Amino acid sequence: MMQTTSTIPIDAQVEPPWKLPSRGIVGMMCLILAESAIFLIFVVAYIYYIGKSLSGPLPAQVLDLPILGTICLLSSSFTVHHAVSALRKNNIGGCTLGLAGTVLLGAIFLMTTAREWYHLIHDFGLTIRTNLFGTTFYSLVGLHATHVVIGVTMLTAALALSLSGRVKEKHAERLEVLSLYWHFVDGVWVVVFLVVYVLGR
Amino acid sequence: MANGTVLEAVDQTLEVKRRPPLDVVYEWVSTVDHKKIGLMYIVYALIFLVIGGLEAVVMRIQLAVPNNHFVSPQVFNRLFTMHGTTMVFFVGMPILFGFGNYLVPLMIGARDMAFPRLNAFSFWISAFGGFLLYFSYLGGDGLYGMGSAPDVGWFAYAPLTAKVFSPGHSTDYWTLAILLSGIGSTGTALNIVTTTICMRCKGMKLSRMPLFVWLMVVASGIVFVAVSPLTAAQIMLTIDRYLGGHFFDTQAGGSAVLWMHFFWIFGHPEVYILVLPAFGFVNEIIPVFSRKAVFGYPAMVAASVGIGFISLSVWAHHMFTVGMGPAGNTFFVFATMVISVPTGIKIFNWLATLWGGKIIFKVPMMFCIAFLFQFLVAGLTGIMLSAAPFNWQLSASYFVVAHFHYVLVGAIVTALFGAFYYWYPKVTGRMMSESLGKWHFWLFIIGFHLTFDFMHVPGLLGMPRRIYTYEAGRGWEWWNLIVGIGALFQVAGILCFVYNLVRSYFRGEIAGHDPWDAWTLEWATPSPPPAYNFAVEPTVSSRRPLWDLKHPEDQDFNYE
Repeated sequence: MMQTTSTIPIDAQVEPPWKLPSRGIVGMMCLILAESAIFLIFVVAYIYYIGKSLSGPLPAQVLDLPILGTICLLSSSFTVHHAVSALRKNNIGGCTLGLAGTVLLGAIFLMTTAREWYHLIHDFGLTIRTNLFGTTFYSLVGLHATHVVIGVTMLTAALALSLSGRVKEKHAERLEVLSLYWHFVDGVWVVVFLVVYVLGR
Repeated sequence: MANGTVLEAVDQTLEVKRRPPLDVVYEWVSTVDHKKIGLMYIVYALIFLVIGGLEAVVMRIQLAVPNNHFVSPQVFNRLFTMHGTTMVFFVGMPILFGFGNYLVPLMIGARDMAFPRLNAFSFWISAFGGFLLYFSYLGGDGLYGMGSAPDVGWFAYAPLTAKVFSPGHSTDYWTLAILLSGIGSTGTALNIVTTTICMRCKGMKLSRMPLFVWLMVVASGIVFVAVSPLTAAQIMLTIDRYLGGHFFDTQAGGSAVLWMHFFWIFGHPEVYILVLPAFGFVNEIIPVFSRKAVFGYPAMVAASVGIGFISLSVWAHHMFTVGMGPAGNTFFVFATMVISVPTGIKIFNWLATLWGGKIIFKVPMMFCIAFLFQFLVAGLTGIMLSAAPFNWQLSASYFVVAHFHYVLVGAIVTALFGAFYYWYPKVTGRMMSESLGKWHFWLFIIGFHLTFDFMHVPGLLGMPRRIYTYEAGRGWEWWNLIVGIGALFQVAGILCFVYNLVRSYFRGEIAGHDPWDAWTLEWATPSPPPAYNFAVEPTVSSRRPLWDLKHPEDQDFNYE
């Protein structure tokens, strides 16, 4: 059937307002799903290899509960949420404050991880090649820390933009997408904490 | 549609000007248009299809007669590794994502994908992965000249991939290529899902989307949860090889079986990632060439989603011979058999669509009919292999090779050829030659059956897969010779196809917007579609918007 013009039907009685979800949030949800699968595999490997190391040091001998880091990371979920809801109400100052708090708490978390690793490597000689515990521990915690670094970097960029006065109320949705990622990184830490520091010891 | 109106979009007569080649290259390299990216995916996959096919031909020559030394054993190992890796990651995935990229926005009445730049990024990173895989022929040497192209098999079981057994850089190229391809696939899958959820035109409810779009969404959903484990496993393998980790190091308590699990958690859903878009092609082509709406649309959607979920729980049927114990075996036998139920629903729905239709035997339809038969046979041998005791006998034999090639070639590639003939007019504005298409069809189908029907037999007679050569007198010679001859028929068919693609581009009959009198939105826009797809954003009120347009007296939405 040869036609010379393209014809597209327009239905006059369109149904109630046609509204579809925001693509940023849907896209981030998809990314979170894919990332969860990656973390799941690392967690499975960690659990599978608990107690299978052929030599020491073992988790019970060297691991301490990272209380400070955990408190900082979990509370940063509240600060980033505060930043988003402040921006929604056009409270730019509150948003900047929330972002600054989140970056600070994330940085403290990274510092506690760095101290822990220094302690493990320097005092106990536990590296990624020492035994199965070292391999799985540094991989899983390192994978999570990598995500924290990415999150802190993006939050710092948002903070810089906010300080230079370029963040407006209309950007609330974009910040929400970033906050979703940050909540995910937080949620993963809960799992990592339970698996590595509670179950694994 | 009482007071419905019809808008006429301005016809785009694209003015073709000669431009300097560098400008054209720049335009393609820097494009974020979903149609151009889709085409680049398809062309790139076709190039790799030819490369992977030639590798298969060399292997068949090597195996055609006993005690053959056409290539060396080392080269043979590289050939089957590269063939498998290429065909799955650099032909199957990109070609289906290429079609998805091209068609999904058009079918849902959108102007582009949700994230055009991410789309370009995904394509280029996948493409780079493919180049990296083949660069291994040059760069795989390593310090002591110990490597070349990867030779660990496409599922690369541990501990063969350990630094001790696989010195040089060959395995590293394999790992990195797959890691990059995985990132690209995840990006594209994310894009397709987001596009479908957020960019549909007015009235395009989920329950009105073309089935191809549904199947691309389900396949993309599987990509998130199935390709990511492979990415994770590749990261672990890289840690093992470069940082001295012990994930798969059996000397330090690591587990080789864990790699198998991680690989097949990806590996089996991957089959469904590849076959679901092929189902999508068939879902679009069979109704148009039967002149009937597809039978059982809701059941088709439910079956697709069902396959998506069940596909995540069948992976260990690749591992019956590792000794998982009765509980594990029983679970995976059961799950594998269950997945044939939604698949069976689809087959019956296609048959019911054909039933009572005015079937038109054009080339796309011929490929779809062949698909139906071949996919059925592939499914039946699949059910045979899903029974653990039978599987113990035939695991890693040529019976398995024949079975999965029946799925990959007999179902996926066959449906893909149908899709090429069906959508070529939309992409280029010209029809592909029917007579060359029939040559292609018959040569390819005869070759396919010579190769893969007869490949089951040496498998039953005990011929293991991946052997370099075999001695005479085992009863395998004639079967292997026939299999080799079939490969040549397939090559002849593919040559017809490639010639047809090129020739039709210049000399094909002008197609117009809607050469097949089809019903989905992509046929409402000029061929080839302009950069913005639709001059006016369409509004739909049924599953077959173009039917409504052409038959105002009998519109679909009165019945849905």
